[in-house]
Amino acid sequence: MFARLKAKSRSDLLFDIFNYVLLGSVAVLVLYPLYFIIIASFSDPDAINTGQVVVLPKGFNILGYQKIFENTKIWRAYSNTVFYTLTGTAINIILTMMFAYPLSRKDFSGRRFLTLFMMFTMYFQGGLMPTYILMQNIGLYDTPWVMVLLPAMNVFNVIIAKTNIGNNIPEELYEAASMDGCSHITFFCRIVMPLSKSVLAVLALYYGVSHWNEFMNGLVYLRDEGLYPLQLVLRGILVQNQASADMMADIESLMEQQKAAELIKYGLMIVSALPVLVIYPFLQKYFAKGVMVGAVKG
Amino acid sequence: MLSKPTKKPMGIRMQKAIRKDWQLFIMCLLPVIYYIVFHYIPMYGVQIAFKDFYASKGIWGSQWVGMKYFKRFFHSYQFWPLIRNTLSLSFLQIAVGFPAPIILAILLNQMKNQRFKQFVQTVTYCPHFISIVVLTGMLSVFLSPRSGLINNLIAFLGGEPKFFLGEPGWFRPIFVLSGVWQNAGWSAIIYIAALGGISWDLYEAAKMDGASKWQIVRHIDIPGLMPTVTMMLIMEMGKVMNIGFQKAYLMQNGLNISASEIIPTYIYKIGLIDAQYSYSAAISLFNNLINIILLVTVNKIAQKTGENSLW
Repeated sequence: MFARLKAKSRSDLLFDIFNYVLLGSVAVLVLYPLYFIIIASFSDPDAINTGQVVVLPKGFNILGYQKIFENTKIWRAYSNTVFYTLTGTAINIILTMMFAYPLSRKDFSGRRFLTLFMMFTMYFQGGLMPTYILMQNIGLYDTPWVMVLLPAMNVFNVIIAKTNIGNNIPEELYEAASMDGCSHITFFCRIVMPLSKSVLAVLALYYGVSHWNEFMNGLVYLRDEGLYPLQLVLRGILVQNQASADMMADIESLMEQQKAAELIKYGLMIVSALPVLVIYPFLQKYFAKGVMVGAVKG
Repeated sequence: MLSKPTKKPMGIRMQKAIRKDWQLFIMCLLPVIYYIVFHYIPMYGVQIAFKDFYASKGIWGSQWVGMKYFKRFFHSYQFWPLIRNTLSLSFLQIAVGFPAPIILAILLNQMKNQRFKQFVQTVTYCPHFISIVVLTGMLSVFLSPRSGLINNLIAFLGGEPKFFLGEPGWFRPIFVLSGVWQNAGWSAIIYIAALGGISWDLYEAAKMDGASKWQIVRHIDIPGLMPTVTMMLIMEMGKVMNIGFQKAYLMQNGLNISASEIIPTYIYKIGLIDAQYSYSAAISLFNNLINIILLVTVNKIAQKTGENSLW
């Protein structure tokens, strides 16, 4: 009996050690690339290239950030993205909640049909070209509004909001309110919205992050470079290596230019991800909640 | 509820419903207009796949050509390479990317040290919020043959530096592994929630019977996860033909194009760069249909083999 207990606890101990080691290495593998970008953005490119930057920045230098802040194109794109994100998210939240509330009411006669009406768009889409033709026909092509209106609602987020309202707001509350002559619209504005703070936070984050990271809509529907979102400009610099000539006009040799280009890349990754990474820890508790609700079979 | 409402004529039923729920219908108005304009009208536009679309004639005025563009696609020399590239990428993604979050969730669930667990979770969620453009930028920086972190490491260990992003053979592994890095933590949330829903009695009983942790994982955790796993797998199958346009497009270059050209990127190029609207729409429709067929088939199989299915 005793021996068996010992054997058992030994296997459990082994399991625990294995678990700690594995999860520990997972954390390191995920975190290190991100950490490396931070330290590399402050380092001397020579030191990065020869592999001397491992734990701390080496040859401290902020040339990359300097070049980024001097560049008007990046600023322009940054402010465009801020606009798309703020306006877009506001529209997203209003429309999503306005649709989610009726769909959450079990006594709503249009509920079944409207749910199907929405879900159908998940499985069958018009596709790229028909949408492109439509954007041209209704005059949204190459305007800021295409970035805001085209992704105005997302089926998954409506389901998250709908399930949440259904679970959090007791049926009796509406019954009591309607006895006092409260209409659906008043109930929605006065009771449902204030009681749905955590859903609103989840929606703001999901929609906000997706606007911030949006790349494809800009690529397809925008022509005017002055309207480009940040991600489209980033792509030119990070992926296509077009750290534009105007950014380096004052740097003489090709070698130096190349080095500066590298620093600009590291710096840009940080600058572009900063807003998301800053708000992330504060709202982390809401994230998980939202996904779990979404997991409920819609 | 007992008297069947279907007996009354449609018009009267609708009048009654609207009188009762008019406020709710008003709230739905804007969202419904959104879905009609941005989703259903493009569906009407799908017909250009069967027409010779000219912008000057409009969708309705263009000439019907039947299956011309579908035939052209099926007979094109690009057809099989595109199908092969798309399917191999998708299935590698499912084979590697699908189990990763499940394993992560099980390990996290067994971790008794709450602070460590919380730390690992927070860390692994993080990359989910990085944009695809930045991720691709990171890949190009880390895998750079001259100065990249990985090649520095290879050189340090005495190997030959490699231009990973320029080799067709490396495209799929890099695509899939970077996807695991970015999404495994986030996708694990759903499984962690499912594990949290398993009844405590089962664990108590197992402990009383002297089950080891490994036995608990095998006989309680894994069976308990199966419904969620099935559901997620079905949803995954519905995306097989639609995987990541953005990432594949961004990772593409002249050297790896033989592996990185997948159907979504081809649709984009044919339609917007070559301006062959109808041809692009035809490929896109074909792709969408394959997706739906896959989704329905997998769902049927799931229905036959167990109670778990999407609908």
